[in-house]
Amino acid sequence: MYYLWVFLIGGFVCMLGQMLIIYTNITSARILVTFVLIGVVLQAFNVFAPISEFAKAGINVPIIGFGASLAKGAMSAAQSKGLLGAFTGGLEATAGGIAAAVIFAFIFALIFKSKTK
Amino acid sequence: MDEKKRSEAYNRYVKAKIPKTKAWPSLFNSFLVGGIICCIGQGVNDLIMLWFPSMAEQTAWAYTLIVLIFIASFLTGIGVYDKIGKFAGGGSIVPITGFSNSITSPALEFKHEGIIYGIFVKMFTIAGPVIVTGVVASFVVGIVYLFI
Amino acid sequence: MKKNQTVKFRNKPRIVGSYSIVGPKEGKGNFASYFNYVMKDDSFGEDSYEKAEKKMFEHAIVGAIEDAHLQPDDVNLLLAGDLLNQIISSSYAARNFNYAYLGLFGACSTMAESLAVGASLIDGGLFDTIVCATGSHFSTAERQFRFPLELGNQRPPTSQWTVTGAGSCVLSNNGFGPRITMATFGKVIDWGINDVNDMGAAMAPAAMDTMLAHFRDTKTTPDDYDLIVTGDLGKLGSEILIDLMEDNGIKLGLNYNDCGQMYYTRNQNMLSGGSGCGCSATVLNSYIIDKLRKGELKRVLFMPTGALMSTTATQQGESIPGICHAVVIECDEENVDKYYKKVSTSTAYKTTKGNRKKGE
Repeated sequence: MYYLWVFLIGGFVCMLGQMLIIYTNITSARILVTFVLIGVVLQAFNVFAPISEFAKAGINVPIIGFGASLAKGAMSAAQSKGLLGAFTGGLEATAGGIAAAVIFAFIFALIFKSKTK
Repeated sequence: MDEKKRSEAYNRYVKAKIPKTKAWPSLFNSFLVGGIICCIGQGVNDLIMLWFPSMAEQTAWAYTLIVLIFIASFLTGIGVYDKIGKFAGGGSIVPITGFSNSITSPALEFKHEGIIYGIFVKMFTIAGPVIVTGVVASFVVGIVYLFI
Repeated sequence: MKKNQTVKFRNKPRIVGSYSIVGPKEGKGNFASYFNYVMKDDSFGEDSYEKAEKKMFEHAIVGAIEDAHLQPDDVNLLLAGDLLNQIISSSYAARNFNYAYLGLFGACSTMAESLAVGASLIDGGLFDTIVCATGSHFSTAERQFRFPLELGNQRPPTSQWTVTGAGSCVLSNNGFGPRITMATFGKVIDWGINDVNDMGAAMAPAAMDTMLAHFRDTKTTPDDYDLIVTGDLGKLGSEILIDLMEDNGIKLGLNYNDCGQMYYTRNQNMLSGGSGCGCSATVLNSYIIDKLRKGELKRVLFMPTGALMSTTATQQGESIPGICHAVVIECDEENVDKYYKKVSTSTAYKTTKGNRKKGE
């Protein structure tokens, strides 16, 4: 029955984003930035893992999860590799996501055209 | 000084004049769509774990995100994602699919300016800040962890 | 002592031809039956929307010259402007015409600016025939000022929809048609609005300023006009303008309206209404001129507003300055019949040229 929790927590996180849009009028780029930062902070204080245990996709699919894995990568790499790890860890952990977004964006940009609504 | 006062008064007046829309419907929509997207993510993750039981959890999540990014990118290409966005607002911006949409949409939009100056250059106009903040913030966290 | 901002024309130049072309969405709006041409597809057969906008311009200019029953060589000067950086649509369209060209930029107020400048040049006897053209395209404006089309975001309730369309008209001292009798040149007014999604509020003070100057200079009142029409203040902006005018002791009645507010039907759900150069230009060159020719409107105060903003300036924290120019267009009552006789004898050219009206 954990799908219910996934739905409720994921929905709640997205609703927070919508509240930011409505009450502060910020654009989507800023929302994404805000949520990435939230993820980094959650991970930095080690609260992300317990939430994730419980909420699964509800917290990993929102961009908070992306921020958390950036921070997690940097943290563990810093501990194992030292200073270099602090540089490389974040991107190493999220390279898959970023590369996927770039590759698919490129492929679909070649295939499709943007349309007027 | 007078002008500044007038501007402030006018801004206050305009703010009061803007029609107030009810927040609840859009909050509900974003809740619904956001929740559904997360459930799809969970479903994809469960399937991956089912088919490849030996896979590490973290790797499975990475694949899940890639699948979601692929779906969102495709939906952006065929012109569906922005309709979802119109309905859901934050519900389709906050999930990783929104990140994918914000990379694919400028790539499509600036196609006419050529592959290098259009697609490559403009791809990160919206999502660039996300990667920059993420990398910088994670670096800071990493440095902090180096000393504790 | 305040300076006079209004010009009264002695010779009263005429609008002898007009043409409007719009996109498919606009073709379903409230003015649908008045437009000369409704595009089936807003890329207009071109591979980019910028090229489509340029082609709309060319189409509108040719159409207006034909509507005036003139030969292409009769035109002396082209006055045109649009919303894109370096007004490329107008300038690139102008290279296909063998006319002297003045590019104008007054954002969405460009139609009135070109009419006022054109009428002044004709009234001074400097030119015989001048073509004025402006237009805008939703997809080009959107990518320049806002976001990519496919980005999934919501539009706030105050935002407006840039009209896809171009309007053009021919000014001349000879021939028949409504006359331009007065023009009020506006000042740049900025009351400190920062929200790029709320152009109506940013431009309303400019509309108020020009309107007050106009009524002061010409000693007229709103009741002297059959129709007072602003360009693209939208629903919110025009309500603000009514309030602002009331603060100055002038009550705008039912003869006041706003092109942007009227443009789309309620079902089209366009939030605060239409905007862009094309909004006022297509309404003027279809509905308003049509009514003036038929004598159903006698005297119109046409005053589109423009927000003179750029994304660079807004990102640097600048507020949005607005401008508004006003033009008075009057029906040529003695010649209402004559004009219509002339049109009825020459319907043939329209079919040969393929300038189909919607639905034909």
